[in-house]
Amino acid sequence: MSRVAPETLRPLRVRAPAPARKLWNGLVIALCTLCAALILLPLALIVGHLLARGLAGLTLGFFVHLPTPVGEPGGGMANAIVGTFILAGLASLMAVPVGVGAGVWLAEYGRGRLGGLVRYTADVMSGVPSIVVGVAAYGLVVVPMGRFSALAGSVALALLMLPTIIRSTEEVVRLVPRSYREAALALGAPQWRVIQQVVVPAASGGIVTASLLALARAAGETAPLLFTALGNRFWSLRIDQPMASLPVYIFDYAKAPYEDWNRQAWTGALVLLIMVSLVSGLLRLTTRRLPRR
Amino acid sequence: MSTALTAGAAASPMRPATARRRLSRLADQVHQRALGATALLVFLAVGLIVFEVVRGSAPALGTLGWRFLIGTEWDPVADHYGALPYLFGTLVSSALAMVMAVPLGVGTAVYLAELAPPRVGAVVAFVVELLASIPSIVYGIWGLFVLAPFLRSLVEPWLIAHLGFLPLFQGFPFGIGMLNAGIVLAVMVVPTIVSLAREILLAMPGSLREAALALGATRAEGLGVLLDAARPGILGAAILALGRALGETMAVTMVIGNTNRISASLLAPGSTMASVIANEFTEATGQLYLSALTEIALVLFALTVVINALARLLVLWTTGGRRDVAGSA
Amino acid sequence: MVADPSVKPSPTIRTELPSRPAGPSGDGEDRRGPAAPATPEPGAMHAAPAPQIRLRTHAFDLFYGAHQALKAVTLEVPSHSVTAIIGPSGCGKSTLLRAFNRMNDLIPGVRVGGRVELSGNDVYAPATDVVELRRRVGMVFQRPNPFPKSIFDNVAFGLRLLGVRDRGELEARVEQSLRRAALWDEVRDRLGRSALALSGGQQQRLCIARALAVEPEVLLMDEPASALDPTATARIEELALELKARYTILVVTHNMQQAARISDLTAFMLQGELIEVGETRALFTRPRQKLTEDYITGRFG
Repeated sequence: MSRVAPETLRPLRVRAPAPARKLWNGLVIALCTLCAALILLPLALIVGHLLARGLAGLTLGFFVHLPTPVGEPGGGMANAIVGTFILAGLASLMAVPVGVGAGVWLAEYGRGRLGGLVRYTADVMSGVPSIVVGVAAYGLVVVPMGRFSALAGSVALALLMLPTIIRSTEEVVRLVPRSYREAALALGAPQWRVIQQVVVPAASGGIVTASLLALARAAGETAPLLFTALGNRFWSLRIDQPMASLPVYIFDYAKAPYEDWNRQAWTGALVLLIMVSLVSGLLRLTTRRLPRR
Repeated sequence: MSTALTAGAAASPMRPATARRRLSRLADQVHQRALGATALLVFLAVGLIVFEVVRGSAPALGTLGWRFLIGTEWDPVADHYGALPYLFGTLVSSALAMVMAVPLGVGTAVYLAELAPPRVGAVVAFVVELLASIPSIVYGIWGLFVLAPFLRSLVEPWLIAHLGFLPLFQGFPFGIGMLNAGIVLAVMVVPTIVSLAREILLAMPGSLREAALALGATRAEGLGVLLDAARPGILGAAILALGRALGETMAVTMVIGNTNRISASLLAPGSTMASVIANEFTEATGQLYLSALTEIALVLFALTVVINALARLLVLWTTGGRRDVAGSA
Repeated sequence: MVADPSVKPSPTIRTELPSRPAGPSGDGEDRRGPAAPATPEPGAMHAAPAPQIRLRTHAFDLFYGAHQALKAVTLEVPSHSVTAIIGPSGCGKSTLLRAFNRMNDLIPGVRVGGRVELSGNDVYAPATDVVELRRRVGMVFQRPNPFPKSIFDNVAFGLRLLGVRDRGELEARVEQSLRRAALWDEVRDRLGRSALALSGGQQQRLCIARALAVEPEVLLMDEPASALDPTATARIEELALELKARYTILVVTHNMQQAARISDLTAFMLQGELIEVGETRALFTRPRQKLTEDYITGRFG
């Protein structure tokens, strides 16, 4: 390596040829744009195939009939659809109060070390695979009860929903303008009333949206239900009994070697996608403008 | 309580409201404690998950020990349990997914954060969110009935014919297998990478880009500076996506083929930790069998927790402090 | 055009007063009228002789969407001098500065009219290579913005873009730039350390060194000391005075004392219009315009 004295430097000559740099620039921009375009492809393909293969089976009967044995036409997934609503509803009953409470606490009092720890734990918990949560719910509910049950399934779903609800509740509560709080406090209202009667109501729209998003997500989960709620080919509204759910039905029907059932699996997937993605898509579209100041 | 309070206050408005103040302070504390208790339930929830999974796998932990992780034989009939094929399948399918998803996701994030016209960007960002909301089972059914025949009839024969000299692409075109699982996983985790990497890029100070451009950098060279500064956070986003891929169950179960063989070929079927639990848990007879499956869940749990904890730290480190300051200000 | 015989005609300053508000059409050609006979033909790409004009705008308009941020600005900046642009915030002085290296291009919805020249070359011509333009016109920003890299890599950044790979040459050029930015003695032992560990004033001088490394002709400084303490500010000001021997310096400042201390020429802007430009001492002692006088005597702004 030669030491070059600064005084001897000749005027800077441009060495990298401009066309090469331009080419690289164009290439990078084109590649990034291509990536974004490629991402649109799977969604289009999935939605397209779902419609192509599932739409034909989407009749009223699908929503009101029970499944039929193999070879017998005209079966539906009424019990699974209702089951999914019950499971997700039950899970919300457990997860929403706890999640909202914890979220409000994080937003209002969670500035310290404990708050940071709760936040971090919730974040890490949201990364636990759903199948592991299913195994835990099996040990927690199924083993002591001695049988598979809707209750066990909803416990698993509730555990999955909890971290999402906590973190989004915290976020929306934080968005409530400081001036609301200050105005209420200045009127002499105690802190707890300010939170309960001013802050939480002001954030309620966002909290409801967050809960519904978590609910929609849980409704699409399959893995944790496989060995908790199991499945049921008949009508059952009892939460201490196995219960059918749409995702598990789709799984069973897709694996089955009968073309008829495979077709129904596609229809079931279409219904599930409409229920889950449409709900969350619409919610996101309508709320997009709200939280961003 | 509150009625008595208001009645008293109405009767003698001039009385200094010390009792009332004390009461309201008590109410404040009760309220704060009650909310705090719900927050502590998070620890309880995580604790219960850990407790149940550890308790369930205790018999297998005791009987099988370390051989569990390195054994390649999984024979429930003979009560032999070696989880290495599943560990292998999980790591390979996830690695394959990351190879595809990280460049795609980062490229898209760069496009969204830096290049896209606002309208186009909003549409793409919305599509990415929709992609994230599709249930795993829907990806699975698509992978099984659409992607698998496509791979079997077109892609895999081509790979075998042209790249078959590599061990990676030897064997028969099954359609289902590691390659299919990797592709489906890549599509599933790409939204995670895109949305996080985009937020991280947007959190980078715009002055960096300006400084680079003012020095005569091209747009791509300016992006290089931004990506350089955002690297830890983007690494965090990728690791977070890896955590998702490792634990993903249903879609993989449907497209990976479910055999417990270790094969060098990406075209061969395999199994992952999550898929073997999904397939065998309900049918597991015998305490050791069930416990061995639970132990797989434990390993998977430990793996994802470590990976998530690491990823969150990286993301927080790059953006967290600044964003929190901005949020509370 | 106001000819002021009392001003020593050393640098060729032409002052054009947009005596009437710019029309909504934004058509610069009408407004030029007989007021700019000395302007060279638009097609002439040569630099003016003798006291060379490095930067020039003629009847330059700039719009952010519907809002007109610059109104028919005509200004000439001679080589090897420090020219200050003063005016209240929002008057368009930073926008004008950023027109010279087309940093305004980054903002969506920007439109321009009229002409900007660097050494006689049309800055906004379709054939102009913006990347090369920005190499020739260095810029220092309001807040120091070093890259999160080492001190060495910051200064070497532009050189590497231009294809300088030889380690010895890189080191020599980095040293030269750091010396010119009066930072060398403070950082010579820690070139490998992160630039973010430097103090604010040092960071700003590092940014100057980074800009100088690619040998620009012009250095634009956008309120370069507004985020710095008085000592650091004084160093930046000294530096500007030293650097004008080699470069043409255009500095935006809201600090009139600073303009008076360091600049040869001062331009005063108000609401997107260039109200007055002249030799600094003359402008501050005998402003020709009532608005300028009001501003420098603190009646508004």
